[in-house]
Amino acid sequence: MFRYILRRLLQMVLAFFGTTLIVYALTFAGQGDPIQALAGERPVTPAQRAYLTEKYHLDATGVGGFFYRYFDYVKNLLQGNLGESLTGRNIGDILQQAWPVTVRLALIALAVAIIFGVTAGVLAGIRRASIFDNSTLVLTLLVLGIPTIVLAPLAQYLLGVKWQLFPPTAGSDPTFYALLLPGIVLGSLSLATALRLTRASVAENLRADYVRTARSKGLVKRRIVIVHVLRNSLIPVVTFLGVELGNLMSGAIITEGVFNIPGVGFNLFRGIRTEDGPLVVGIVSVLVVVYLVSNLVVDVLYAVLDPRIRYE
Amino acid sequence: MSDFETVAATENQAARRGPSGEPGTPNQVGAANKPRSLAGDAWRDLRRNPIFWISLALVVIFTLMALLPGVFTANSPNDCLLSRQHAGPSGGAIFGYDFQGCDTYSRAVYGTRASLLVGALAALGTGIIALVVGMLAGYFGRWVDAVLSRVIDVVLGIPLLLAAIVLLKRVSSDSQWARIGAVVFVLALLGWTTAARVVRSSVITAKEQDYVAAARMLGAGNSRIMWRHILPNSLAPAIVVLTIALGSFIAAEATLSFLGIGLKAPTISWGQDIDTGRIHMREAATPLIVPSTFLALTVLAFIMLGDAIRDAFDPKLR
Repeated sequence: MFRYILRRLLQMVLAFFGTTLIVYALTFAGQGDPIQALAGERPVTPAQRAYLTEKYHLDATGVGGFFYRYFDYVKNLLQGNLGESLTGRNIGDILQQAWPVTVRLALIALAVAIIFGVTAGVLAGIRRASIFDNSTLVLTLLVLGIPTIVLAPLAQYLLGVKWQLFPPTAGSDPTFYALLLPGIVLGSLSLATALRLTRASVAENLRADYVRTARSKGLVKRRIVIVHVLRNSLIPVVTFLGVELGNLMSGAIITEGVFNIPGVGFNLFRGIRTEDGPLVVGIVSVLVVVYLVSNLVVDVLYAVLDPRIRYE
Repeated sequence: MSDFETVAATENQAARRGPSGEPGTPNQVGAANKPRSLAGDAWRDLRRNPIFWISLALVVIFTLMALLPGVFTANSPNDCLLSRQHAGPSGGAIFGYDFQGCDTYSRAVYGTRASLLVGALAALGTGIIALVVGMLAGYFGRWVDAVLSRVIDVVLGIPLLLAAIVLLKRVSSDSQWARIGAVVFVLALLGWTTAARVVRSSVITAKEQDYVAAARMLGAGNSRIMWRHILPNSLAPAIVVLTIALGSFIAAEATLSFLGIGLKAPTISWGQDIDTGRIHMREAATPLIVPSTFLALTVLAFIMLGDAIRDAFDPKLR
């Protein structure tokens, strides 16, 4: 167990340096004269140039210089110093404003996935091969197969613009009601996966020996399902939902962009549209860290929750 | 008959018979007295599965559409007149005209080519990387496996969309083929891990088989055993995974084009058209709905096809 966590931690560190190195190499390295780029069209005096070269260690050339500046970037990233966007705003401030909105949206999506996905999954698992089971399977396949760029605009058009059941866009400082439709759209994918996972897990556990024992003891079916089966079969679902929370916090680029929700994904969406390089890189770097850490937490949680799983 | 050949045969037959085909005559594998093989069982299951036939029909239709778009529409997708902006249906344009005054339906039909091309090439690239890595890791085991498996873990830990955004922002060329190549490259580079794991595990199973031992005793070298004996027997699961991956690559390409960093202007792509349609949805909805439907159906078709074949081949799920 300890060895597993240690190995997983080392793996995450590797993945962290791997991805940040790629991000850094692709965006900052080898893009002409950064000092002139900073000054724009204005001339740069030799004194300024010397100062900036000294400050950012631009005089170190070759592989050594590259890694020197790369570690500078990683250090800044870990200290939360993300620099400024092209519009002159501090990226840390932008993220600080955007994060609460994204978290609220992610929690709504997660709630949708739990309330509908897990409940329907348990029912489908108990009544395998029934009409309910088969229709949920087909429905989840549909949801899993339809990309968000189709689902989000169509939901916005039908439910927001045409039938006007929900506000079509959220705008700044969105209410719970305004976040509900985007939350459902965002959560539908996790809903489908959670449903399938719960169904498979419940169906598998229903065939386990301890269920047969419980039944032969004369327990009622309701008690068997709630007390015995659910506790065992929700382990993979809980860990999946944990991963999903991490994904939802970082993966809402399309949904937030379409519904105009001022969260992290929306800022990334806007950064890509307006070709704001520093903003995109800053946000992506942070999101990669969030993604890696949430994956790590969930993997460890999984090992703690389910002692049946053996790691070498 | 190996699993792979059966899958291929299944697809060939299905393609010949078409979507409306009646259940075939019982000349399939193992229909006679001998016990049915796994492949025969799977084919029997597939034949009865309506989802399999529907998705297969869709795949065939969209493939034809990508190859011969002229058959499906008489209008050119680039024949645009601003005076027809958001005009209703007329003259072969059965879904009317979009914001630029182009035929909505015709653009959706011509958009099939880029989507399928990117999806197929990315799946091909993914397949090659996955086969090489999975084969080496599974066949040689030991430190080769340890190193390659860790590489897989690390690549699997990279979020696809975020990494694709960073990689594609670097591509400044606007030429049609450069952008298609870049999108394919990025998707293949980030998407090969699942398939590689599948190949690795099936290679591990295959290399323990008696026929491998027999081939080795007859003096066959490593490369011959890998190429002639193990590869054909571990392809089937990989092909199923790749079919599903093809669908998700098409969705990923559309998402990147939607964001404006995938395919660009002279190339007609659904993602871009959905984005334009989305912005003008209050004025006209069909330019949003038509490419959305095309995209959703294509992605669904590949995912459902792969899913149906996998369900049929995986006895655990029965």
